[in-house]
Amino acid sequence: MPGDPVIKAAGLTKVYSRGAEEVRAVDGVDFEAFPGEVAAIIGPSGSGKTTLLNMIGCLDNPSSGSLVVGGRQVFGAGPLSERELTAVRRELFGYVFQKFYLIPTLTVEENIMLPGAFYKAPGARDAYEVMKLLGIERRLHHLPGQLSGGEMQRVAIARALVNSPKVLLADEPTGSLDSRRTDEIREILRGLASGGIAVVMVTHNLELARSADRVLEIRDGRVHKAK
Amino acid sequence: MNVYAIAYKNLLRKKTRTALTAGGIALSAWVLATLLGFNRGYQQGLNRDIDNMGFQVLLTAKGCPYEAATLMLKGGTGLRYMPEAVVKTVYKNPEVDRVTPMLMHGVFDPDKGENGAVAAYLGVDAGSFPEMKPYLEFKQGGWFSDNNAYMAVLGYEAAELEQREVGDKMLIPGVDKEITVAGVLKRSGSQDDGTIFLPIGTVQNIFNRKGLLTGLGIKVKKGADISALENRLYDLPDVQVVSMSAVKATIMNLVNSARVIVLGIAGIALIIAMAGVVNTVLMSVMERYAEIGIIKSMGAMPADIFRMIWTETAVLCGLGGAFGIGLAFVTARLADAAVRYFLPYAPNGALVALDWRICASAFVLIVVGGLASGVYPAWRAARVRPLEAIRIEGEQ
Repeated sequence: MPGDPVIKAAGLTKVYSRGAEEVRAVDGVDFEAFPGEVAAIIGPSGSGKTTLLNMIGCLDNPSSGSLVVGGRQVFGAGPLSERELTAVRRELFGYVFQKFYLIPTLTVEENIMLPGAFYKAPGARDAYEVMKLLGIERRLHHLPGQLSGGEMQRVAIARALVNSPKVLLADEPTGSLDSRRTDEIREILRGLASGGIAVVMVTHNLELARSADRVLEIRDGRVHKAK
Repeated sequence: MNVYAIAYKNLLRKKTRTALTAGGIALSAWVLATLLGFNRGYQQGLNRDIDNMGFQVLLTAKGCPYEAATLMLKGGTGLRYMPEAVVKTVYKNPEVDRVTPMLMHGVFDPDKGENGAVAAYLGVDAGSFPEMKPYLEFKQGGWFSDNNAYMAVLGYEAAELEQREVGDKMLIPGVDKEITVAGVLKRSGSQDDGTIFLPIGTVQNIFNRKGLLTGLGIKVKKGADISALENRLYDLPDVQVVSMSAVKATIMNLVNSARVIVLGIAGIALIIAMAGVVNTVLMSVMERYAEIGIIKSMGAMPADIFRMIWTETAVLCGLGGAFGIGLAFVTARLADAAVRYFLPYAPNGALVALDWRICASAFVLIVVGGLASGVYPAWRAARVRPLEAIRIEGEQ
């Protein structure tokens, strides 16, 4: 086991009310992620994996359960304000989404530096350094519209890395990419983990999941299998 | 990279929309600056016109006070007369420094213009009138010295219109009397530019108005109590006292009434522009809902998002305001001409007087109004919940 977990979730539960009916999107899930590891959350559509990722990433509040991130109790010991959750998010997490969400009017460099406009982490990296790490340094002054899907996802990853997060959360990071680009992204994520970051991703891609150090399979909101 | 740069670049996304909104703001700024400039210009012009008269009180024969005011400011007709003896009575008052009698007479001149027009002659006293108007300078010649001479002094525009120079002869229509041009005045920017001055005795003789005056200008001694003098003059029979300050106040009251209406319209234009700002910025926030959510997930605090959206509003209003004020400068002459066309009386000089104070006031008003209208969209954006925004985008 590579030291203490950077994420430790216990009994995470998310219940939605649909009229009189209660829907348990996530039901008592335990999960741990360690620095230097890639963890994959898999499962069929609607199984609750993205809801779980959102709770782990402090984007959503659980109905019950506890979450400790980087040694800080986030959920389970009284509610945190939106401001406190934002502080946790910007200090500990980097997010990568399937749709990239790059700002079309900003250059690649500006998109990568975007988190720094709101918060500059003590160990924040230089845009060029991150781009070089991801092999897109030649695209510095291009606009997102001039990039391929794979390049856009690399820019999104670079943006998530610029504030040196402890955990990189990726929701279907290869969902919009072909198999060649998928392999590239897998290698990048693996490389980041070997640099000491904990990578947690939600994916439908079993090939990508197989390359992970830890796999959590969710069905109907519950842990079906953990490896 | 900072919040302000992001805000600026956001505005460039939809250039046409940004330009149209800024255009609406510019229009409001233009109306506002022009109106404020008009208020100042009109007041300055009126003050200048009245100060250039050289006297503070005017006596006329009893009649309509507005007609008297017009007589003073424009040289009107439809005149009433008062006896010349009033000069001596007025001189008895200790506040009086100097008086100058005037007799105005209008004659229909069939040769003037296409269908003929009234030619107005102002008979003035050769001894006192020039002393009361020391600012009048001559382009050619000089004042006549004899109050019964058949001579004339032409204002700059009157000389241009009549196409006369010193030494030329002029025929007074209707009475077939010939007068010689003794002098032509330089442009003064006052009503004197369009006046034909004759010696007062000559006007009385030619038009059979012996011993009569239409007006008596009174210059008051420095520091004297004008109100006390006016109160005493009110007791004189068959004359009415026109105080310059009262004329000024009357005209400004009329202009102010009109200004309130026009300012109301400007206010409505401002409100419409501000509604445009709310609409544009809110639309832009809604279009970037997911993006704002992503930015918040990266660690932007609600205050950061508020500042970003508010900066966009400020840039829009700042650009629109600056352009509108620039436009007000460029079109000041046009606005001047339009106002002159519609107003029955407009003083000489620039009617739309823009200075840095007016520009700064209009700019501040526009920007403050814009920032106020940007509060709601900025607040809405600041309240975006990252997850909700991403979900909505995911469903699209």
